[in-house]
This record gives sequence, structure tokens and C-alpha cells, in this order.
Amino acid sequence: MTDSPLVIAGKSFSSRFLLGTGKFKNKQDLRDSIIASKSEIVTVALRRIDLERHEENILEYIPKHVTLLTNTSGARNAQEAVRIARLAKASGCGNWVKIEVINDSKYLLPDNQETIKATEILAAEGFIVLPYISPDLYAARALVKAGAATVMPLGSFIGSNLGLKTREFIQVLINEIDLPIIVDAGIGAPSQAAEAMEMGAAAVLANTAVATAQNPVALAHAFALAVEAGRLAYLSGLPLQQSLAKASSPLTGFLYDDVSAN
Amino acid sequence: MMTYQQIRNILEDRSPASVEALAQQAAQLTRQQFGRAISLYGPIYLSNFCSSHCTYCGFNSHNKIQRLKMTPEQYRKEMQHIHGQGIRNIIMLTGESYKHTPLEYLKEAAGIASEYFQSIALEVHPMEIAEYKELFAAGVDGITVYQETYDRTRYAQVHLSGYKKDYDFRYGTAARAAEAGMRQVSLGILLGLSNVVEDVYALYQHLRELEKSFPGVDYGVSFPRLRPVKTENLAVCDVDDIQFVKIIALTRLLFPRVSISLSTREAPKLRDHLLEIAITRMSAGSNTSVGGYTLLEEKDQDPQFDIKDERSVDEIVQLLKSKNFDPVFTDWRHIENSL
Repeated sequence: MTDSPLVIAGKSFSSRFLLGTGKFKNKQDLRDSIIASKSEIVTVALRRIDLERHEENILEYIPKHVTLLTNTSGARNAQEAVRIARLAKASGCGNWVKIEVINDSKYLLPDNQETIKATEILAAEGFIVLPYISPDLYAARALVKAGAATVMPLGSFIGSNLGLKTREFIQVLINEIDLPIIVDAGIGAPSQAAEAMEMGAAAVLANTAVATAQNPVALAHAFALAVEAGRLAYLSGLPLQQSLAKASSPLTGFLYDDVSAN
Repeated sequence: MMTYQQIRNILEDRSPASVEALAQQAAQLTRQQFGRAISLYGPIYLSNFCSSHCTYCGFNSHNKIQRLKMTPEQYRKEMQHIHGQGIRNIIMLTGESYKHTPLEYLKEAAGIASEYFQSIALEVHPMEIAEYKELFAAGVDGITVYQETYDRTRYAQVHLSGYKKDYDFRYGTAARAAEAGMRQVSLGILLGLSNVVEDVYALYQHLRELEKSFPGVDYGVSFPRLRPVKTENLAVCDVDDIQFVKIIALTRLLFPRVSISLSTREAPKLRDHLLEIAITRMSAGSNTSVGGYTLLEEKDQDPQFDIKDERSVDEIVQLLKSKNFDPVFTDWRHIENSL
């Protein structure tokens, strides 16, 4: 079965799996995991990029063909997110930015309102903005208007490995929003990534699960396979989805009795 | 939150199986929240002038030590030295003296520190919200203030004079710093001053109040055990390694996201093991004397406490890597602070 590529802001990607780069025990594991995951977009927190120390500079471990998505981790409001994004661009990290505005250090839930504000400002400045939000239809619509390139709803709390606790709300975004929906946060196992893809998500991002696995490289590969499998299942038209769309018609079937009799 | 009795039961159960179980749970949470990243920071002691008389401290106003306050030229040299070691997160410390290290002195130090460091914390005398706002605007991101002990009676016994006598003003410091916009606020108790279970419980209560009032702040805790100063015992710490490990593990269980730091006060062996359990920050290449990095010969130094772990920054980095940890130097990027 053929698939169209994932297109974000006019750029095509054949992989629908995005990898985060935090929490790895060393940079070599990180590099090998990126390769095994087949990811073509990886997120890096600007605050973790050490431009002065080459052997510690995370950017040196990211393969050249990969698109760098700098995130604004650490920003507590729109203004700080905007400053971090501008600093990232000025530091040579490009203009793809994942907006993360978090003003709660216990649950790490994103502040949707501030995220919308930051998206508006940065999109107007020419940034390619991928905002991270709690799945909320109104916030997602506001992000479309603000010029976001995708919408990235959370599956559950960052780093929790709890899976798609927000499943129904994400499904609403998939149904209603005409931007790629990338499920981010809380994805703790390949099966959960596959589930998101089966629902029709455009892509999935994972980090903690891979970075903290016993064998991160193997799990990165497993995620790549699961995302492909989930995508293929979605494209195939799952029986579950078919049964909703093409249910037999006990109530209205009678309307066609004469037709079938002929 | 657990009740006082629950915390007491946990901390007083010294059976190896229960200690191990607690450590296992803490380790799992730490890895989930932080991976194997360990943030490194370096301290710089700007001044040891102090107007308080804390019976356990080498800087106390009654101690006949050489009083020093570095000039901007002097601390710039020290900062260059620390920066040269690779450190990017700095904590600037002074004795508690409003007279010798006033707000303007600290603001100037923050301005110069921001030329070399991405994140700047202060551990100095408690101040008012307006002063913290000025410090935040000058580039300070974090405030560390230890209550030392939450037992008011004991607090009065060991803090004999000076501003530090005011228990309530000190207690409110963390909230004032958070209110002023600080990103990191760190609390601590000095283990050995008072009843340890009561102090740990009170610290948890304090932290919980702060989390609710100021959810956006990154909180840190530290549990320094009293150490001798130039081999003189000023108070005896009755918290042994077993109880120490339990306190740190329990803190992780109750506060999964809080950063827990361990200073150079602790011996390398314990420090290395605690890294596996719950520690997420550590100081490296530390010198606790004013001018201790470049200005004074070791024989002329008067440290705040004697260091047990004398490994250099490079040695700490090698050690972390050999144990499969990722040493993190930059955990923040200096941006213009404004409210």
C-alpha cells in the first residue's frame, strides 16, 4: 500500500516518528537511537545545547539529514518561549521550533493560552511552529489561526509512559483540525504509538521510553516499526472503523427492499 | 502527603529489605523523570562577612577568621577559573551580612557572572520581594535558602544573634523569591541540628505549600549533614548513612520532579551510590573558601566547611561517564529576565 509523505510546512518526511533527545545516558546511545528510529525530525531543548564544549554539544550527535526541532523547554510564559526561540535561531539552530510553555513543575502540563500567544508571535516572524498542548479543540483551532504548522497534543503526562489517556480528545483533533496532529508525551511503548497512528494521527513523538530503556537502540527500532504498522493499519481501513462507517442498516434497509427485489 | 506517623515509620524502619525497597522505588522514579542526566554546578564564595551567630558555622560572626570580601576584579578572576573548568551553572554564596554584601554588591556580581554562566543562583541573606525582583532582572535565576531546622526552640538555640534569629522571615524567603519570579528555589535542613523526622516532615510541608502557591518554580532540596570546620565539631550529626539514604529516597517518592543535590560534604563512596538512587545535581571542583580558587594559598583559607570529596570537575565528569551518567553543564540558557 502506498502512503503519502508527512508534510509539515511544505517539507516532506518519510518517517512519521519523531524522537526527543533528553534523558539518554550518553550521546552515543542518542546517535544510534536516532538512526535506529529512522526519525527525520528530532527535538532538542535549547537549554541543553552546550555550544562551547564540542564533545558535550548534543548537535554534533544528530545526523545531518535530520531536521532539528528546537524546543522551548524551561519557558514559563509566552514571552520566555519567544525569547528562547529567537535565541535558538540566532545560535544557528534553525527556525523550526516546538513551543513548550510549562508553568507547573509537578505535572509539567502545558499552558495552552500562553502557547497560542507564543505561536502567533513566532509564526508571524517566520518560524515553523509546532506547539505542544493539552488536547483541547478550542486551543487547536486558535493555533490554526495563529499560524501553527502542526498541533501536538499530549497523550498523557510527560515522561509518564501512561499512553493515550487523552485518546478521545485527540481523536476530536484528528477529526476536526486540518493540520498534522502529532501525538506527543506519555507514549511509553510501541503499542501505544501504533494505537495513535491507527487513530489517524499524522505522527508520534516519544522520548523518555526510548532514552530510559535498557536497550534504547532496540526500542527506537521497535517504535519505528510500530509507527509504520499503525500507519499501515490506518490506511488499510480497519474493520473497526469500517463497522462505524458502513454499518448494516436495520432501521432504513426497508427503503431499498423493492430495489433488491428487482 | 503522608502523615507524620507514616513518615516516621518509614524512616525508623532500618531493616535492610525496607531500605532496599525504598531505594528501588526512588531509583525507578528518578530514572523516569531525569533519565541518567546529572546537572553539575560550581559554588563561588564571594564574602565571609557575617552578622549572624550560628553556633554550627565556620563563618559565624564570633569566629576569629580572616574576613574577606572579594572585589569585582577578584571574583571575575575566580569566575574565569570556574568557567575554565567547564562549569556553566554557578551558585554565589556569602555570609549573611546586609552591610558588607548589600543588594548592589550582589547585583553587580550577578551582572559579571552572567558573562560566564548560563544560570546563576544565590545563597545569601534573606531579602524582600522587591529586592529579589531586582536580582532576577540582574540575571539571578535561583535562590537557595535553608531553614536549617524547623524546630523553633532549637532554631533559637543555635541562631544566637543577627537577622537570622528571625525564624518567620527566613521561613517566608522561599515564597518571596518565587513571588519575585525566580525559576529555582532550593530548600534544605541541616541534618544533625534537631529531631530529624520532625525536620524532614516540616520540610515536606513547606515544599508542598510552595508547590501549591507557586507551581511554575523548579524546586530543589538538599540535606547537608553537619561537618566539622577545620576539624572542630560544632554539633554532632546523628544521622547515619542508612537514615540519610532513606531520607533522600523518600523525598524522591513524595516529590518525583524535585531536584536533589548532594554537596562535596559527603564522602565519594556514598555520593556515588546516591547517584543511582535519587541525586540529580551535584557540585564539582568545589572550594568553600572566599578566594579559594585563585586568590589564596590553601593554608590561608578559612572554609565554611571541610570538603570530603576533593575530585576535580574533570574527574567528576569521568566518574559520571564511567557509571553511565550524562553530566549536564547547561540546563538553562541565559535569557533576559523580566516579569
